[in-house]
Amino acid sequence: MSNRPGGRRAKAMPKTLAEVRVEVVDCDLLIIGGGNAGCFVAVEAAKLNPGLKVVIMEKAEIMRSGACSAGMDAINTYIPEGKTPEDLVRWSRDQVGGGPLREDLALSNARELNESVDDLERWGLPILRDEDGKIHYRGKWDISIHGEQLKPIMAEKAIESGAEVYNRVAGTGLLMDAGPNGPRCVGAFGLHVRSGVFYVFRAKATVVSTGGAGTLYKSYTADSTDSGAQIWMCPYCVGSGYAMGFRQGAELSSLEQRWVATRTKDYCGPVDTISVGYKAPIINCKGEKVMSRYAHLGGDAAPRYIRANAPMEEWLAGRGPCYCDTRNMAPDKVQAMMTDYLNERPSFVLFLASRGQDVTKEPIEIYGSDPYILGGHTMGGFWVDLERMTTVPGLFAAGETAGGNPNKFVGGCAAEGKLAARGAIAYMKSAGSLPGPADPVFAAQVEAEKTRVFAPLLRGADYDGVTPREMKERLQRLMDEYAGGTSQFYRTNEERLDYALRHIAVLQDQFRYLKAADLHELMEAGETMDRVDVAEAVVHHLKARKETRWAGWQTRSDYPERDDTNFDCFVETRRDPETGVVTAFTRPYEQLVPGERLKA
Amino acid sequence: MPPRVNLHKCNGCAGLPESRCEEACPGDLMAVDEGTGKAFCRNTRDCWDCMSCTKACPAAAIETRIPYQLGYHKASLRPIMGKDRIIWKCVDINGQETSYEYRNRLKR
Repeated sequence: MSNRPGGRRAKAMPKTLAEVRVEVVDCDLLIIGGGNAGCFVAVEAAKLNPGLKVVIMEKAEIMRSGACSAGMDAINTYIPEGKTPEDLVRWSRDQVGGGPLREDLALSNARELNESVDDLERWGLPILRDEDGKIHYRGKWDISIHGEQLKPIMAEKAIESGAEVYNRVAGTGLLMDAGPNGPRCVGAFGLHVRSGVFYVFRAKATVVSTGGAGTLYKSYTADSTDSGAQIWMCPYCVGSGYAMGFRQGAELSSLEQRWVATRTKDYCGPVDTISVGYKAPIINCKGEKVMSRYAHLGGDAAPRYIRANAPMEEWLAGRGPCYCDTRNMAPDKVQAMMTDYLNERPSFVLFLASRGQDVTKEPIEIYGSDPYILGGHTMGGFWVDLERMTTVPGLFAAGETAGGNPNKFVGGCAAEGKLAARGAIAYMKSAGSLPGPADPVFAAQVEAEKTRVFAPLLRGADYDGVTPREMKERLQRLMDEYAGGTSQFYRTNEERLDYALRHIAVLQDQFRYLKAADLHELMEAGETMDRVDVAEAVVHHLKARKETRWAGWQTRSDYPERDDTNFDCFVETRRDPETGVVTAFTRPYEQLVPGERLKA
Repeated sequence: MPPRVNLHKCNGCAGLPESRCEEACPGDLMAVDEGTGKAFCRNTRDCWDCMSCTKACPAAAIETRIPYQLGYHKASLRPIMGKDRIIWKCVDINGQETSYEYRNRLKR
């Protein structure tokens, strides 16, 4: 058991490829990303087989990494007494307008859910309880926590489980083996962003749990401000897990179902905290209750994408700004709400203080977020089987990276970590032997990836090229304006998407101009290439769904209606690992949980 | 959103494998200058203002600030980390002080 410190930044950097230090690490199970899901993979694997060598490759430091690094104020799904996993799946289906969604995955997750949340409480997470000792529900399915320490609590258990944590190692690509039954994943490559060591992790099975993709789209808070990362999703989750698998031919599902949410204005903080947690109504500039306009779709309980899009529709119709009306909140409720924010996004409290705002006198303004690709909120991610294996054998996905199964949130990502661990361990038994350094195909792969990853650093700061930041911001503007970002009220059409694809192809061609002055920038160069590759997939998904199913999450101006005849199914993409050509196709939806689906 | 390092208080966590702030930052943004021995944020534009560095600093040398284009001068929010509790002290632009204290761990 060890948690290897990232260490201070190296003074000397390699000047040639030959100077790059390569370390090969062997393990049974490799976990890429020690976040919410990844920590649960490690703990479950140790429980199933304490003899396994488990390695976590972590881009940050595991105590404060990923989407939970700032903390958390709620666990959005915990099945209450009297309800069943089937009920939860029905609710999840309603939240995405009746689907499609992967009910097989959703059910298996729901059956594992409460036990995973109970684990967190046993490990020391304060879950708020009513006076009778029962867990306090803030909504129908969500419970309140004091989760400032949520991430350290999960990380400590992952370390205690015996996993070896390689901190500050950013995953760059997958290690593949030809195999008798087609290509399979046998580990991954990583860049140590402090020492510059290039890691080759050889593993019998690999779980990718790197989180979703923020920062593909420009945030409006980045316009003319000193803040380029004031977004709701953790901006260090850039989609690298998706990119690594996609480049090796793993199939992606449902990326067009982007997560767009109503968030606090000028500081992209959570809003459910206020609107659900404290029943503060959403109002427009005239003081009208916005959700009453959607009474026929459920009003305040309307599907999530409708609630997310409603305030932006008010703006478009000339009735903005919109607010969460906190003016009737009692002082003890305000204190509790501020505590919730301190637990999840503490600097929102600082933001209110910097506006000198008393929320009992002035309501909290809200606006739409930039779009994110997230398999734990909406359902963009890898197509996986029930064991959470992607279409690339040996590569498993859990949490935000696993698609088809929305509304997982913290508890569901934890549950899925357990499921992926079980799947990966069962797979290992038949995995066979791993290719070693003596194998020429292995050696060629290591050399090719090392060359790709280090190229921007070897070009150097003085090279007349492109910085990772310039390319990232070019992509973010492109996606915002042409692929349905906030500035366009999430709308797009065929011509704009084609425009986006043309420019994404230019960016991919210009990867060869990327330069890095140091190891941090070298990590950024890799992240930017990952963003571009994931963005290409997103655009293909948006193009292929020629209807509007989840307005706001997915709005086609040229196909404004839902088309159940053609699109009550999953949209999928696969990139040919040899040619790089992306193909879109569909997969059928299967209803397993009875009940009326298409109510809205 | 920029973390501001108080150079009088920061000692770069001399003697540790890495400073507490460079250990904590999920974005790899904090580093210690080899010349001055003081911590700095390599790119404030990339900061998520998660306050992990601010919580981790043993010298209370780091303050998180909202950029002026988004929030006015000058408010402060300071975390004080206990064993199983946290205290936050907040001062708004009008000098109004509020503090919050609650349990963040069931056991340790």
